[in-house]
Amino acid sequence: MSAVSPGDLPPLVTPGANGGLGRVLADRYLLRLLVRRELKARYKGSLLGLGWSYVRPAVHFAVYFFVVGIFLGMDQRVEHFPVYLFSGMVLVNLFTETLHSCTRSVTGNGPLVKKVFLPRELFPAASLLVSLVHFLPGFAIMLAGALAYGWRPDPAGLGAAVLGFAIIVVLGFGLGLLCAGVNVFFRDLEQVVDILMIVITWSVPMIYPWTQVRERAPSWVLDAYLANPLVSAVSLFQRAFWAPGTRGGFAFPPQMYGRAGAALAVAVLVFMIGSLTFSRAQRRFAQEL
Amino acid sequence: MSGDMSGDVTTDASTDASTDASTDASTDAPGSAAAPGDAGAPVPSIVVDGVSKRFTLRHARSIREMTIRALRRQRLSETFDALDGVSLTLHRGETVALMGLNGSGKSTLLKLMSGVMSPDAGSVRVRGRIAGLIDVGAGLHPDLTGRENVYLNAAILGMSEAETRRKFDAIVEFSGVERFLDNEVRFYSSGMFMRLAFSIAAHTEPDIFLIDEVLAVGDPPFREKCLERIRELRGEGRTMVIVAHDIPMLTRLCDRGVTLRQGRIVFDGDPAEAGRLWLEDRRARQTADRPGKS
Repeated sequence: MSAVSPGDLPPLVTPGANGGLGRVLADRYLLRLLVRRELKARYKGSLLGLGWSYVRPAVHFAVYFFVVGIFLGMDQRVEHFPVYLFSGMVLVNLFTETLHSCTRSVTGNGPLVKKVFLPRELFPAASLLVSLVHFLPGFAIMLAGALAYGWRPDPAGLGAAVLGFAIIVVLGFGLGLLCAGVNVFFRDLEQVVDILMIVITWSVPMIYPWTQVRERAPSWVLDAYLANPLVSAVSLFQRAFWAPGTRGGFAFPPQMYGRAGAALAVAVLVFMIGSLTFSRAQRRFAQEL
Repeated sequence: MSGDMSGDVTTDASTDASTDASTDASTDAPGSAAAPGDAGAPVPSIVVDGVSKRFTLRHARSIREMTIRALRRQRLSETFDALDGVSLTLHRGETVALMGLNGSGKSTLLKLMSGVMSPDAGSVRVRGRIAGLIDVGAGLHPDLTGRENVYLNAAILGMSEAETRRKFDAIVEFSGVERFLDNEVRFYSSGMFMRLAFSIAAHTEPDIFLIDEVLAVGDPPFREKCLERIRELRGEGRTMVIVAHDIPMLTRLCDRGVTLRQGRIVFDGDPAEAGRLWLEDRRARQTADRPGKS
């Protein structure tokens, strides 16, 4: 009856066992469609469309620039304060958006997770990619601003930028996977994550220089402060896109590259814990949602 | 051909033996066993072996609810055995109806087969590509157009880009939503929505097709079209597992019926007999409910 010859019968396998991140990368077609869906759905029916992703960082920037830069006088203490601010802000925004959207990625796709088996890592992976798409406009504006202030690329700076970017992406995705998995069981987590965003914004030297912490806080606070991987990433981005355009004289945190290397190692560790937790948790997603 | 299949025959025999043993143990009516329509040894396509699945029903989620329940000495959660030691082997080319009352474990069994859930005990193994018509609307996104949804939903169901492109016209024609293809799906009527979803799923051409409650969808002509499509797919030697509440339709469509009662298989064989048992259950529940309500 059927034309399939026994020779090419596929083996009996456990359904749903072939998930995981590797599978997501192997099947990029579906991932691409999910990213496109996310972007289209977010800007549905709006005249500006993806243009809104320029407006949001621009407003964010304007608020900080006028309030902190001018009213609080930070632009007199930090040379080229707009570039300083923006080079940190694009990274912090990338991190917070990744974390925010990954955390909701599985619960937000509940109907799909419950009905069809897909490698569940697809959803946080799509969230990460959407965040990266949103990162680009801000990054482009920052580059334009830096160029206008006389910044020129240098090899060491580009290396620092790549390292900083890697820390943010790996750490953000790792934490995102962890939160996405846990959020299915404890929905409180999305509230916690949202509150953390406020803390994250102020816990890095983006609005103020790190030297403020050195001057005002005891040394153990400074040590804790500098141990934050996000501080390393932001400092690296400032080294890459802000410092070369200035007159110099700004002292970056001691052992910046050493700390950054450690930060990357921590990020990789968090990523491994996150993906392991996620892959264990995902077996119970369908019945918990 | 038969020489090549000897390897499969032996695995088949062993899995069949285990299935028969468990069926005999729990069956009140003797099952006429699986009767694969085609000649030659049947190839197992879904092997469910001693599967149990237990759900925890949580009554309280927030701290406030938990405290109230604890103060009233009510239980915070209950467990519920959706499936209890189920063994079943389905062969390639079979069309099998899963029958039973709500809560008897049909949909859970289907979800275990599709891989959406994993069993607490026992194992489920399947052969080949598997696709489900399980609440087909789940993959459709209201803010995308019909056209975009065809590509997205087809990819969700495991089709490649080239495959979708090849079948695109057939999918659209079957669904009958040509005129609205570039409108967002949220403007579709519920009938159009389901028609498009069914049409995509019905063109995925998997080796195993799981169908849950979707045949209640749409107007009678479209329903007839769906049944026609299912018969067509059946004729191509696919394995089908169907859950529905329309016994006459299932009896006509399927060549094997499995009746579930509280998470156990109580009958496996002739679909007409399986349907009769199920009707009995339904009447029993109705008579049990009536005095309780009045």
